[in-house]
Amino acid sequence: MTKPMGSHRTANGGRIDRSRPLSFMFDGVTYGGFAGDTLASALLANGVHLVGRSFKYHRPRGVLTAGADEPNALVQLERGARTEPNLRATQVELYQGLVATSVNAWPSLTHDLGAVNQLLSRFFVAGFYYKTFMRPKVLWDRVYEPFLRRMAGLGRAPELPDPDIYDKMHVHCDVLVVGAGPAGLAAALAAGRTGARVILMDEQAEAGGSLLSSAESLDGKPAPDWVADALAELASLPAVRVLQRTSVFGYYDQNFLCAVERRTDHLGPGARPGLSRQRLWHVRAARVVLATGAHERPLVFADNDRPGVMQASAVATYVRRFGVRLGSRAVIFTTNDSAYDAVDALLAAGIGIAAVVDSRPDPGPRAEAARAAGVVVHAGCVVAATHGTRRITGVEVRGCEGGVLAPAGLRLSCDLLAISGGWSPAVHLFSQSQGRVRWDEAKLCFVPGEAAQAQTSAGACNGTFGLGAVLAEGLAAGASAAHLAGFGDGAVPATPAVAEVAAAPGDALWLVPGLKPLGRAGKHFVDFQNDVTAFDIRLAAREGFESVEHVKRYTTNGMATDQGKTSNVNGLAILADTLGRAIPEVGTTTFRAPYTPVTFGVMAGRDLGEMLDPVRTTPIHAWHVARGALFEDVGQWKRPWYFPLAGEDMHAAVRREAKAVRDGLGVLDASTLGKIEIRGRDAGVFLDRIYTNLFSKLGIGRCRYGLMCKEDGMVFDDGVTARLGPDHYYMTTTTGGAARVLDWLEDYLQTEWPDLEVYCTSVTEQWSTIAVSGPRARDLLADLAPGMAVDPESFPFLSMREGMVAGLAARVFRISFTGELSYEINVPSHLGLAMWQAVMAAGARHGITPYGTETMHLLRAEKGFIIIGQETDGTVTPLDLGMDWIVSKQKDFVGKRSLTRSDTARADRKRLVGLLPEDEGEVLPEGAQLVEMAGGTPPVPMLGHVTSSYWSPNLGRSFALALIKGGPERLGQIVFAPLAGGRTVKARIVEPVFLDREGSRQNG
Amino acid sequence: MKQRFSAFTLLRNGLSWHENWQRQWRSPDPKPAYDVVIVGGGGHGLATAYYLAKEHGITNVAVLEKGWLGGGNTGRNTTIVRSNYLWDESAALYEHSLKLWEGLSADLNYNVMLSQRGVMNLAHNLGDVREAQRRVHANRLNGVDAEWLDTAGVKEFCPIINTSPDVRYPVLGATLQRRGGTARHDAVAWGYARGADARGVDIIQNCEVTGFDIEGGAIVGVQTTRGAIRTSKVGVVAAGHNSVLAAKAGIRLPLQSHPLQALVSEPIKPVHDCVVMSNTVHVYVSQSDKGELVMGAGIDGYNSYAQRGSFHIIEHQMAACLELFPIFSRLRMLRTWGGIVDVCPDASPLLTKTPVAGLFINGGWGTGGFKATPGSGHVFAHTIARDEPHPLAAPFSLDRFTTGALIDEHGAAAVAH
Ligand SMILES: Cc1cc2nc3c(=O)[nH]c(=O)nc-3n(C[C@H](O)[C@H](O)[C@H](O)COP(=O)(O)OP(=O)(O)OC[C@H]3O[C@@H](n4cnc5c(N)ncnc54)[C@H](O)[C@@H]3O)c2cc1C
Repeated sequence: MTKPMGSHRTANGGRIDRSRPLSFMFDGVTYGGFAGDTLASALLANGVHLVGRSFKYHRPRGVLTAGADEPNALVQLERGARTEPNLRATQVELYQGLVATSVNAWPSLTHDLGAVNQLLSRFFVAGFYYKTFMRPKVLWDRVYEPFLRRMAGLGRAPELPDPDIYDKMHVHCDVLVVGAGPAGLAAALAAGRTGARVILMDEQAEAGGSLLSSAESLDGKPAPDWVADALAELASLPAVRVLQRTSVFGYYDQNFLCAVERRTDHLGPGARPGLSRQRLWHVRAARVVLATGAHERPLVFADNDRPGVMQASAVATYVRRFGVRLGSRAVIFTTNDSAYDAVDALLAAGIGIAAVVDSRPDPGPRAEAARAAGVVVHAGCVVAATHGTRRITGVEVRGCEGGVLAPAGLRLSCDLLAISGGWSPAVHLFSQSQGRVRWDEAKLCFVPGEAAQAQTSAGACNGTFGLGAVLAEGLAAGASAAHLAGFGDGAVPATPAVAEVAAAPGDALWLVPGLKPLGRAGKHFVDFQNDVTAFDIRLAAREGFESVEHVKRYTTNGMATDQGKTSNVNGLAILADTLGRAIPEVGTTTFRAPYTPVTFGVMAGRDLGEMLDPVRTTPIHAWHVARGALFEDVGQWKRPWYFPLAGEDMHAAVRREAKAVRDGLGVLDASTLGKIEIRGRDAGVFLDRIYTNLFSKLGIGRCRYGLMCKEDGMVFDDGVTARLGPDHYYMTTTTGGAARVLDWLEDYLQTEWPDLEVYCTSVTEQWSTIAVSGPRARDLLADLAPGMAVDPESFPFLSMREGMVAGLAARVFRISFTGELSYEINVPSHLGLAMWQAVMAAGARHGITPYGTETMHLLRAEKGFIIIGQETDGTVTPLDLGMDWIVSKQKDFVGKRSLTRSDTARADRKRLVGLLPEDEGEVLPEGAQLVEMAGGTPPVPMLGHVTSSYWSPNLGRSFALALIKGGPERLGQIVFAPLAGGRTVKARIVEPVFLDREGSRQNG
Repeated sequence: MKQRFSAFTLLRNGLSWHENWQRQWRSPDPKPAYDVVIVGGGGHGLATAYYLAKEHGITNVAVLEKGWLGGGNTGRNTTIVRSNYLWDESAALYEHSLKLWEGLSADLNYNVMLSQRGVMNLAHNLGDVREAQRRVHANRLNGVDAEWLDTAGVKEFCPIINTSPDVRYPVLGATLQRRGGTARHDAVAWGYARGADARGVDIIQNCEVTGFDIEGGAIVGVQTTRGAIRTSKVGVVAAGHNSVLAAKAGIRLPLQSHPLQALVSEPIKPVHDCVVMSNTVHVYVSQSDKGELVMGAGIDGYNSYAQRGSFHIIEHQMAACLELFPIFSRLRMLRTWGGIVDVCPDASPLLTKTPVAGLFINGGWGTGGFKATPGSGHVFAHTIARDEPHPLAAPFSLDRFTTGALIDEHGAAAVAH
């Protein structure tokens, strides 16, 4: 279906480009618009006023606003992977081929089945769901809740991943100006002229704000021309940056603000491949000028939500800026002067005006001017009811005095109702900056109180409304911000000349009486999108919800996607009135980021996929990949898990690798181990305090295994530390624990022992570590390092040597995590691969076998060596691990005192033991819980759990390590592991060392 | 008599234009003295008062709330309810709570919208898998429903999760507690408030406790911004402010207060029908009945009493969210907020008597106490009423930090909420 293009356009004018027609589709119908349109203006220009359905009652809804405050006109934009729900049509820029559908209506906007809710609306009042659906629980589970869930929600999530990319920027500036309306442009000019680095951000496609739809002139120029000149001047200032389509959404501490720039959305989906769709700006500003304008408040009267009811300012905007003939016969309902701009706009466009309904008995000079132009003004009157379903068709006008309607009035037919209940300054960012707002009884709005950060508010967001005053305030704010940031002398440029407009005060009319008591005829909507009515607010107050926050939560007022921009103040005022209190006594809700909703993708930026977290690989990684290794994530590291040969599964590969190490020679890339250089006069003392055992007496060239505990006495990390010189140690940590340990060391050095002279440097990335292990390891080292004495006497266990290995300068540590004769060859990282290749080449004749972490884990378990995070979990002491030998009785160390606490010293703590399953082929699942007797009903008392479990080719059977209550006293006893599915595995408790108890293999 | 809530009363009141609904709770002025004073009108404080009245017949009780009831973490949390904790002591307490949850709407005559759609905790590396399976084994023996799902099982339970092996941290499996889910946080506060009020408890809002009157080592009253109140028993249930309050009674608590943030998306049609939590990729996500995706992650690192956090924390959690749920990328964040959580060194709560006779403390729930609300109130009421710990509360006493009998729930369970 195709509709003629823009049959509802004014003859000329507006900021649309009539030479660039565009076609678009809404709910399956193709329409025409122009470049410069928003989706809302283009729909209105096609006479489409019914654009959505409300959340709860599915009432037909039209476009209410022309900006970010729009509650009604929500659309699902585009289809497929680039579809996007809940966009405000008032902010979507039109592009060729745009496809949009309305949300929340099924099967169609005009025939929406959900509208049956309207019939039941009498029962669906605020909070009704808290009062029913309670029993029986299964009905709630199976029927009510699934039904509520289906009814809720607006648009739909895409079903495919996002094809677009996003990025982020971080900038500093002297002055950040938010909003490019008259106040913001003036501020940017005044600040920019001083040479300060100024950033001006504005959410719209074009700068100018209210000036774009203003009929006023500045210095004799039409407002849009003045805007163009201002922009030209800003463009000429090299330190000024102007960003359009950029919404500042968050104001955080220390003048840190975040904004989203929409870079390609206005071009249509996929128009600029490779260009980021949106950009997140992080701005740190010396000074901030907020010039964010104000939102017009709708009036709360019966059935104020019909399509064709529109903010008066939006009427002026659509007519003047977008050249839309919004209707043929308008009624204007207002409490204040500003709606007369709409009157002027309608007059100029030749749109008929049935009447102005002004609640003020004495509406003042603007009303007089309208009357002079031939417009009927009903002073002291209100709209008490409206007619029409899919479009407004008429209103009931009544006199109203002291909140009481005159018994009779007149009915006016119309197809457009422009409403204005006054203005609410956009204090959102100010409030986010922790500034407190203050109620201004004369202006009838919340205005910023004292600034909490280096910030000034200017223009309408500061409660200043006349154009001249707004410009003056903007200029002053800009000049002073620059001055305070160290630029210019603070002198304020002259304000452009604007015509004075005589004004009269507005009326405080928060709730317009209807023809029947509230709630009985028609609905007085406060929050349009969430369908919250004045009646709901009254009900909430009646039920004892008196705090604004309670009312908000009970009724959901202000919680919709427009974040209450049009509803907060009205809701608050109606609550205050209900409670018989003044508005400031009832308070205000605090605003939190974001000002307008922010795309998830832009917050994630590029930190997705591989970039979610850095991938750390060793210098030998490529070799492992080429060799077909499978990898395991250990922290950020990729570690080879096992190296399968053709046809091998993990089991087979591990069996082969583990045999090779015990019987011949294996090699492991241990480069991921954390490495920390510890230097300084007090290095030894420091290590004595950190480790449970003594390091200050360690001989130079010697190594020692150490454990560290947290203050609570629980094991925290382990590793071998070598002494390289009198004041020089080289610590190794677990792969996953390296950063934690370094933080820990620094924490103690900087906060507890600043008197110690110790310097810690992470060198994990600087060294590559290659562990060769197995009975042939010494032969290999002898081959590789002919100059190094490798016999057991010259190079004993737990010592280190520096020397040439394979022609490369290396540090060789004779330590062992497998229980076999082992050497760990360390070379600077850039030589890691070369050394690995040399080891592989020289090892060939010894049948050298590369092995991965799985084999390493198995081999160490055969020896009963622990793994941090596997045998320990933050609740295990060194004594629980049977490592009393490593806990110094003499010296103090972190955690020592805790070891003597009554519970920590208990004999029946869970302690490390070995387990042998009765069935030698049965590998206990790791994590299985152990009980004394099979069977029993929960809660079943548990003795402990399996920490590590393998099938060992060296033992020819399965075995496990476990933590068991009083374990060492239970040697020889049988325990049971009840598994899922009711099966129970029987195992015998044994010592946790399964191989080479004397250590002759590693020590020999 | 309190008006009952039901479909019938809703209908009847609808027909009378809803003019006859009563206040859900009164707004009394404080009396000069009470048998028990509860400090803090969050879910835990209100539940304590409710069970004091209901189970122990102690109705001369005041709940003093410095702001509006439920305005602390109770009204700010992401509402995940589960009981699959690792250690026996925790599992017993949280399972007790979950059982109470299952009958809560009926008990309170207030629909707290418990939604048992299942909670999955994802495992992304071999260490995660080991810990997760250990927890499943322990949960089963403790009578807590628990399942281990492999990657295919995860995909089946939550089809929109990206289970591709080619992501940074592939999903290797998950634990599933089917009885876990979410509940409506405000309704919990309001339901308990209404129930307590109906039994005579005075709920006094805008009343901040500023000090304690202690004589001879025993509590005799509290000082408030609305005057002094005499009492011989005080339960402090002030979440992020517990340590500040305890200090006024001369007690130093092993607590740190941190901001914890959360956020919701705009409402969308149902796409996500369970709760997914990941500690390694670090985010958790559910979808509310209103259609908003609700998500959170870890605490802000620094200590603070300001109920807001840093934006970079949200940026990180969003990256994590999109890693797991790539189809959410074009959705938008609607609201963010923060609460102040009080965290114990062992990540377990305090339900405890104190060195001051008559002064009891309920806190340290950190990032995960919403789920415990009914259970916590229930055992704390017992502890106050009998002046001795409820058996389920006993392990959570303050002296575990002296004896070393810690219940370390971050090492092993390692799931924040
Ligand atoms: C963002 C976030 C997400 C969370 N997500 C979850 C989750 O998914 N699942 C989960 O189980 N838990 C979650 N939690 C934790 C949970 O919210 C809390 O553990 C729980 O709500 C604590 O309840 P409470 O009643 O003890 O505290 P609160 O609700 O904070 O109540 C304490 C009350 O004490 C009042 N108070 C403080 N000082 C005084 C004083 N001097 N005088 C009088 N009153 C005082 C406060 O105003 C407050 O109302 C989350 C928390 C946060 C912040």
